[in-house]
Amino acid sequence: MTVARFWRDIPSRYNLYGSRCASCGKVYFPVRHICPKCRRSSIGKMERHRLSGKGRVHSFSVVHDAPPQLAVLKPYAVAIVEMDEGVKVTGQLVDVEIEEIDIGMGVEAVLRKLGDEGPAGIIHYGFKFSPRFD
Amino acid sequence: MDVGIVSYGAFVPRFRITPMEIGRVWGQDGKAMSKGLFINSKSVPSPDEDVITISAQAARGMMRRVDVDPADIGALYVGSESHPYAVKPTGTVVAEAIEASPELCVADLEFACKAGTAGMQMVMGMVGSGMMRYGVAIGADTSQGAPGDALEYSASAGGAALLIGREDIIAKFNGTLSYTTDTPDFWRREGQPYPSHGGRFTGEPAYFKHVGEAARRMMERMGTSPGDYNHLVLHQPNGKFPQRMASMLGFSEEQVSRGLLTPMIGNTYSGAVPLGLAAVLDVAKPGDRILAVAYGSGAGSDAFDITVTEAIKGFNRGAAPTIDAMMENTKELDYATYAKYRGKILMKG
Repeated sequence: MTVARFWRDIPSRYNLYGSRCASCGKVYFPVRHICPKCRRSSIGKMERHRLSGKGRVHSFSVVHDAPPQLAVLKPYAVAIVEMDEGVKVTGQLVDVEIEEIDIGMGVEAVLRKLGDEGPAGIIHYGFKFSPRFD
Repeated sequence: MDVGIVSYGAFVPRFRITPMEIGRVWGQDGKAMSKGLFINSKSVPSPDEDVITISAQAARGMMRRVDVDPADIGALYVGSESHPYAVKPTGTVVAEAIEASPELCVADLEFACKAGTAGMQMVMGMVGSGMMRYGVAIGADTSQGAPGDALEYSASAGGAALLIGREDIIAKFNGTLSYTTDTPDFWRREGQPYPSHGGRFTGEPAYFKHVGEAARRMMERMGTSPGDYNHLVLHQPNGKFPQRMASMLGFSEEQVSRGLLTPMIGNTYSGAVPLGLAAVLDVAKPGDRILAVAYGSGAGSDAFDITVTEAIKGFNRGAAPTIDAMMENTKELDYATYAKYRGKILMKG
């Protein structure tokens, strides 16, 4: 990923900024410029919307064959998280043992290192999910 | 107008390793090390954690506990000796993570283990002069000791963030003072992966002289004596030094125990005094008086005289994890996993 491409995604990756259709109220993540439900009537009405970062595990899978960047963490779980706003977001689960993960468990977004562009390259940061604190 | 702590947040990674496990690998008596240093375990960061993520987590906890508009934060300083980048500020990522960007002043600070408290003093000045409404000072580290070195038994990870302002302060700064000299007790040259130290030289002429002088001078300036304080938070490179220092200054074990986290999590370097302060603020009552003294090798000490205010009664501590909560749900690592997580194993390509 180029530096500029990652930089453009910082609001979404750090603080889960997505979109909300002012016409029907549906929340999207990542950002959408048109609401697939309202289509033409959503043009110009898509608002910037920050997710609370809280949600529940909708489903998850354990990764045993990891890409080189994440090999040191394997095995690790990746979950589809249903956020409190209804939208589903995919992310890695951290600070929890794999055998302790349950469908429906409360999770919240935390900032972690996603990877880097080698020892001299830029470090990418973004959200992962840890068990919900409250 | 009074300047003080408006909010605070802390973060300690959940992985731990014991001195016994480290000693087992290097053929040293881990039990004796543990007793000598008064360290039962130390925290270890996950491979996806660093000073940026620890600072961000602490700063987010700090913001959750109060209703402060992040746009009102005028400065953010992160003190650390393990910033992930040599050039590219930690603070820019942290400021973005709490949405304090773009109208604020950010810089990364370095003064061995006291860069976080140096940030506190800078923010106190800026807020006190009316330059800004709020400022953030963070101390965090993911320190490393060379494999087999005595430092490996203590060097750990963690950090805490303080929101400093003039309104709704939960703890007031009565005064601050620094004591600084050129004392080469511990250093790391540019490009070196592990620090070097002067062994026993890090004790009397370094830690004890600077912390002791800063504490004594602070009390002299405030007209106080050890009996006036409920808590003493000292820099804690191991569990023994702060206990000995407290006794030398005339403080009791009870006064120093709440802010002493090293026996459980090791030496968090720049995070040590901010984390100790967080542990005290987790239980502090109005009127409690705290003397906090940081130490940074090289060398210097920053002392703070702090009084907890009535506002702590209405403070939403429960909105973020307490230090006690971070001591639970921990996971112990064996040395091999620790070495893998800390990048001590040479990988192919």
